[in-house]
Amino acid sequence: MNIFGFDVLSFLVFASALAALLLVFVPSEQKAIARILALGLSVAIGGVAAAVFFAYNTTAAGQQMTFQTEWFGLLGASWHVGIDGISASMVLLTGILTPLAVLVSWEIEDRVNMHMALILFFEAGLFGTFVAQDLMVFFLFYELTLVPMFFIINQWGGPNRKYASTKFFLYSLGGSLGMLLAIQLIGITAGTFDIPTLITQTDLWLNLSRPDGLFLGIPVNTVKGLAFLGFFVAFCIKVPVWPFHTWLPDAHSEAPTAGSMLLAGVMLKLGAYGFLRIVIPLFPDVWVADISILGLTTNFATFFAILAVLGIVLGAFAAFGQTDIKRLVAYSSVNHMGFVALGLAVTARIYGEQFVTGSTELAQDAIIATNGAVLQMFNHGLSSAGMFLLAGAIYHKTHTRDMTQYGGLWVKAPIYGGIFIFTSMASLGLPGLNGFVSEFLVVRGSFTVYTLLTVISMIGLLFTGGYILKGIRSVLHGPFNMHWRDYKLEIDMREFIAMAPLMVLMLITGLAPNWILSVINASVTQLFGGS
Amino acid sequence: MDSVNFPVLSLIIFIPIIAAVVMLLLPKDQKDLVRGLAIGAASAVLLLSLFVYLNYNSQVGNIEQQQAQSLVNAGRGAELEAFNLDEYAPQMAEAVGATDAGISVSTAMYKDGMAFEEYVPWLPQLGIAYHLGVDGLSVPMVLLTGMVAVAGVLMSWRIDDRPREFMAFFMLLVSGVYGVFLAQDIFVLFFFYEFAIFPMYLLIATWGWVKLREYAAMKLTLYILIGSVVALVGVLAMLFVTATYYETTGAAVFEAAKAANILPADLKPFNFDMTSVMLAAENGAFNIGGYAGFDTMTFAKFWFPVIFIGFAVLAGVFPFHNWSPDGHVAAPTAVSMIHAGVLMKLGAYAALRMGVQLLPDGAAVHLPWIVFLTLINVVYGAFIAFRQRDFKYVIGFSSVSHMGLVSMGFATMNLTGMTGAGLQMFSHGAMTALFFGCVGMVYDRAHTRDIPSLGGFIKVMPWVGIAFIIGGLTSMGMPGLSGFIAEFPIFAGMWQASENVSLQIGSFSLTNYYSVIVVIAALGIVITAAYVLRVTGQVFFGEFDREKYPDVDDITVRERFILILLGAPLILLGMLPSVMAPMLEVGIRPVLAILNGGAS
Repeated sequence: MNIFGFDVLSFLVFASALAALLLVFVPSEQKAIARILALGLSVAIGGVAAAVFFAYNTTAAGQQMTFQTEWFGLLGASWHVGIDGISASMVLLTGILTPLAVLVSWEIEDRVNMHMALILFFEAGLFGTFVAQDLMVFFLFYELTLVPMFFIINQWGGPNRKYASTKFFLYSLGGSLGMLLAIQLIGITAGTFDIPTLITQTDLWLNLSRPDGLFLGIPVNTVKGLAFLGFFVAFCIKVPVWPFHTWLPDAHSEAPTAGSMLLAGVMLKLGAYGFLRIVIPLFPDVWVADISILGLTTNFATFFAILAVLGIVLGAFAAFGQTDIKRLVAYSSVNHMGFVALGLAVTARIYGEQFVTGSTELAQDAIIATNGAVLQMFNHGLSSAGMFLLAGAIYHKTHTRDMTQYGGLWVKAPIYGGIFIFTSMASLGLPGLNGFVSEFLVVRGSFTVYTLLTVISMIGLLFTGGYILKGIRSVLHGPFNMHWRDYKLEIDMREFIAMAPLMVLMLITGLAPNWILSVINASVTQLFGGS
Repeated sequence: MDSVNFPVLSLIIFIPIIAAVVMLLLPKDQKDLVRGLAIGAASAVLLLSLFVYLNYNSQVGNIEQQQAQSLVNAGRGAELEAFNLDEYAPQMAEAVGATDAGISVSTAMYKDGMAFEEYVPWLPQLGIAYHLGVDGLSVPMVLLTGMVAVAGVLMSWRIDDRPREFMAFFMLLVSGVYGVFLAQDIFVLFFFYEFAIFPMYLLIATWGWVKLREYAAMKLTLYILIGSVVALVGVLAMLFVTATYYETTGAAVFEAAKAANILPADLKPFNFDMTSVMLAAENGAFNIGGYAGFDTMTFAKFWFPVIFIGFAVLAGVFPFHNWSPDGHVAAPTAVSMIHAGVLMKLGAYAALRMGVQLLPDGAAVHLPWIVFLTLINVVYGAFIAFRQRDFKYVIGFSSVSHMGLVSMGFATMNLTGMTGAGLQMFSHGAMTALFFGCVGMVYDRAHTRDIPSLGGFIKVMPWVGIAFIIGGLTSMGMPGLSGFIAEFPIFAGMWQASENVSLQIGSFSLTNYYSVIVVIAALGIVITAAYVLRVTGQVFFGEFDREKYPDVDDITVRERFILILLGAPLILLGMLPSVMAPMLEVGIRPVLAILNGGAS
């Protein structure tokens, strides 16, 4: 599939970047032009992204729509793009959320053109990361997403935005240093940065062996372990996995609504995606190798699962304790992304064991868990974007995020109330809505592998119900706070239009998840050697 | 390979000199004429530099093929992959002259990459010739000099105090810098090296920042002069050894090179020709043991640190970096731009050319410990930059930090790292000139450089703010910009070198420590990010105080042009590294060939 002579995936990346550039040159007084142009361009790009998703062939094996050309010959890095079912669903998510973020940013009055340009530039970075098949290109776009998000928070954020944006930036940049070094190490050792090559030609990196067993003066396995840690920490920060999550509540709560939507909706998925695309296939043996932590012998996959469950439980507790509505939603991300991490831990464990011993035991459970994790990434993208949109909508009208100041708002805003409950229920995991499907799959898949941890995670799920109901109660129920008597609290038409596609997708995915699950499942099954 | 019939390189050197002389002859009050002349000369030079760049770039494929052939001819075809030339392997003729295996392969490769050569005997009795030429390493530097020269002239447009003299000295400075990059004769190189320092002194001492200018100008000049004099002693010793070698055991090599057109036919054994010294170096003239009374000491081992560090003083290598921040801060904006942007590269360039390329065995012994100095540069420079209150000192120390990466790239002694060092030289040159331009534009309007008292300047000067942010992102190695393209290969080269390099002091030996150094150096990225964010936040964001800064207005079209001229290459190179990297590889390969040959 070619568009204007470019392959479609490169087109997605460059079109978003060019759209951003175009918006920079819209005069800053022409706010309406900037808004409409941004919306038009992002809808068009979203259309291409959707076309990519639906053109994805679930019966064919391997990467699709690939394109490769030399980029940095000195290092052997190439511009290599391609998608599998996992990337396809993430590309779709990016394509859906960006126009909605543009629509929500309608209320921005200050330097509209720059704000819109940054959103589209951010989209370019996201597309680039999801379609990259070369480690260097992956890293390029992965880091590049930090810049627009930093400025969106730093310039259009809440009162504490300087602190939050700087923390976000330095945390992420510092966290990815280890990954940068690990990428260099892998690239130099293997002589290529090409991800499919690294995975398929196992003697380049996976089965790296040296005559004396030493590499850089230390045992090969230690080097691999250190490189693994570089990736592990970088992606854990991004997901975020407990205890690497502390940047997130600040960044989320200070970001403007559109920023929070994209941050929670897509940016967090970069981390989970990185695990699936790079860390699990490139370090299968490291995941299941014995390590000793505090005298207990375990392995990284189990350790990761423990962190994931801690994220689920503690994230739910922390969310329960919040009075700031945006912080509540932010901690709910820690809680929900914990399920993604749990699913990924199962993937890593079984994939690693399969790599080391060749046994296909429990492969079916791992496939289920991985499907659940990827679907949960997509679903959390929808529901967290929706929740931040609703939190932003009420903040925009009341200018406070303190939930104790709300109360009984359903009276004044019945439609808003309905939407709020619908989205909350999707987030909670009510059967019939999307969250249920993915969380069920994760739990079903991980139960046989990590029984005890899965049981504990169910306690977390109980508290998920707790904080969501608490949020609903303090915003919508109870005695009406007379302070808001003369305020217009009902949802705007524009916000409603932005919510509508999210709600439709939540419902469809809840009732008939196969429209997306079939695409994801095809690639996940291939990952485990099935067809 | 010379497809051009006019002396481009001589024009590049002499147009600024002629412009300077004409300016000084003009009456004092003809300020506009002086400015016109300066910008005319600078633009002409920039266009010629661009011509050289594009012309050379279009020949890179041919040169690579020739270099591959030279390698195969010398019986080193197995190393094609290590030289990133494996794509030419199928079309290589089988080693024709494999008999002379390894004799002069790097000199031949060096000669393959030479373009636009001009050779006029000048003092044949002493072996001095006016010999110019460019190779893959100098071409990007030539382009950089042209860019910074134009930007500097535009930046100094409003100088009212004796603009005639200012512009004339500036032109002499530009010409001196070009001379070093274009010289293929050691005498010519030294001539222009010192020639550049003299106008530099006057420019800083006369037009600099009143509080600091005399001290800083003196400090800078003395540091650089002492460094270059020390290096000169070493270089002279090198020339005598070369002459002795050619008169005795190396006579056959000398005659063979003349016959093969690698050296001019009328050359005497005692000469200043760079290629001739390289040929002697490659054939082991500097490796005879028993030098200075020690059995294990050789000429190369003895003199390498002297020559390398002597030049690297100008590149700001720790602990001789001290002159640089003061010099940068005291200098007028245009001079800071050319100083940090180009002059520091002069030091790195000369250290590579005269040090690593001519004394490879010394390099193999000494660079493994010099790398520690460069590590201090990178991390310590970034920390000190973080602590500064003066806007210009931040940039000054950031240059110390970034130039450390250049020397670190040299210390990798492999193609990846050294090409990265070349990319970093260009990238840092454009970036730091952009930084100093931004600082100058803010200072011209706000009349203060105290960071805490500035704020919100992006509102009144959006172009400067955006340019500074682009520069800042480049400096922290953000992917998509040239800093990443340069730092990535340097770090990757360090990994690659880790297993090959070891340090031996007496019975104490250190191996595989490059991998530790690269991890520590990577921390420099975070510190850089921290100070860039701090400065950007305090100077450009926040509230703008109109009462405090009543005269601050947006920049003019002339100033915007400066920002575009210096900022656009950062983005272009960041997205398309192939516009420059292959050319630098061409320049690095001979150095690498001589290093590999010498190490054995």
